Amino acid sequence: MKEEKEIPSEILRIIERYPNKRAALIPVLHVFQEKFGFINPEMEKYIAGILGISPASVREVSDFYTMFKRRRLGKYHITICSSISCHLLGSRKIAEFIKEKLGISPGDVTKDGRFSLEEVSCLGYCDISPVIMINDEVYGNLTLEKVGKILEELSEVRDE
Amino acid sequence: MSDFPKIITQNFDIENAWDINVYIERGGYKALQKALSMKPEEIVEEVKKACLRGRGGAGFPAGVKWGFIPKEIKPRYLCVNADEGEPGTFKDRNILEKDPHRLIEGIVITCYAVGINKAFIYIRGEWRKIARRLERAIIEAKEKGFVGKNILGKDFSLDILVHRGAGAYICGEETALMESIEGKRGLPRIKPPFPATKGLFGYPTVINNVETLSNIPSIVLNGGDWFANIGVPGDGGTRLFAVSGHVEKPGVYELPVGTKLKEIIFRWAGGIKDGKSLKAVFPGGISAPVLTSDEIDVSADYNSLQKIGSMLGSAAIIVMDETTSMIDVLDRVVAFFHHESCGQCTPCREGTSILKRKVSKFMKGESSQEDIDFIEKTANSMIGRCLCPLGDACGLQVATIIRKFRKEFEESLKKRV
Repeated sequence: MKEEKEIPSEILRIIERYPNKRAALIPVLHVFQEKFGFINPEMEKYIAGILGISPASVREVSDFYTMFKRRRLGKYHITICSSISCHLLGSRKIAEFIKEKLGISPGDVTKDGRFSLEEVSCLGYCDISPVIMINDEVYGNLTLEKVGKILEELSEVRDE
Repeated sequence: MSDFPKIITQNFDIENAWDINVYIERGGYKALQKALSMKPEEIVEEVKKACLRGRGGAGFPAGVKWGFIPKEIKPRYLCVNADEGEPGTFKDRNILEKDPHRLIEGIVITCYAVGINKAFIYIRGEWRKIARRLERAIIEAKEKGFVGKNILGKDFSLDILVHRGAGAYICGEETALMESIEGKRGLPRIKPPFPATKGLFGYPTVINNVETLSNIPSIVLNGGDWFANIGVPGDGGTRLFAVSGHVEKPGVYELPVGTKLKEIIFRWAGGIKDGKSLKAVFPGGISAPVLTSDEIDVSADYNSLQKIGSMLGSAAIIVMDETTSMIDVLDRVVAFFHHESCGQCTPCREGTSILKRKVSKFMKGESSQEDIDFIEKTANSMIGRCLCPLGDACGLQVATIIRKFRKEFEESLKKRV
């Protein structure tokens, strides 16, 4: 009982809704990913303790799903759709442009930690191809000009 | 403009239709009231009569699926597949964004009909904002008494939980989806047992796609025969055709099952972009074997497309114009399946890896005639040998692209010399 008291209520509320504790693993990993921007072995051990499973069981899951990251993402995480519909409408040019502008490749983070980049499979916005997502925001019907403006704006946003 | 009914998209142009009050004003949740006055078996019967085939891709008749659930075992679950990840597909997203209560009403009716008290909506992880809105919609429905304990005063309770995925296409496969809800890697299970007898947490489970369930309210209100009469025999209702690629007006078009593919592309989606001509079409997402421009005078329904060696799948129509390089397309196809293969079964894991290596070689201009043959042979050796449809789809697609566009591949070899 004593242990349970230490578990944050946000996580307890998630566990309550599933028929067993383990099923809460992915939503709990989401909580950590969103809070810290990455998942590390300490967190995996902690989550394993809460859910009553081994750290290895947590790792095999955090490793399988691409949205869980081992290293911290940039403040603005840019995902570029590289699947067919966006590709047909010029996503490769958009990707090259972003890489050049930020000076990083997919999987990297800019030195100032502001941007990270990832090429992903279809995001389900093919009605407005080509698309990118920046954190939770979707940007569609992109042109190089539009992307340039978006990046410029985000570069100028002051950190609080 | 049209003489056929809008079922799924009837509220798409209505402002704030995602608001429960707007949905109710437009007749929403009336079907639920009617359903709760019917016997559960009667609803299943109507859905069977409707010939509502699954809208996720496999096309299994929904009513028949529900009928497989054993009567004596409890609990049983509903999984709603909102893990829309098939390249080219964006129809379910449109439903979730524009008319989430139609889905929720469909879920509640389905659970009443099958005797389910817990439903999971598995939504792809990237759509965090949509998931939040959906959660809010469920809370609204609960406040009105349409979800939760003793729905509309009846002896029927239902809890609906939104479960976000985390970036794995394979979790759209029904058994991988269940593994994922259970907190595991999304590895497809070997079937049988099928989910109807042994599904989520080992209990009988119905799994249906978002669009499939969103049809249920209209079927309950208007009857199964009405719905069946809209489509073609054995494949009732309308489909949300999601058209993308080189067309003038990409978007979702709700049309009767069996509308000609040609008509969808040229009449509804405005034809090929910038006055170019058509080269090729994927008629059901990237998993549906490619059609050439002279194969599109075909009825867009499950059986007709199957007859010509392709499939309707998720009804995502990807259009490619005359300037499209099929080598480039093959590269995107293979890159996708290679990235999304779960790695569990050998034919898919190794097959997609080999294909990726060979196609990369092609892209670099280092290929020979033998490589074309080897790509085709590798692809053919995957078909029918994989654990789940992902690997089979990859093999069939690659083999079809090579077969139908072999000339283009061979000519590209000549150009390099």
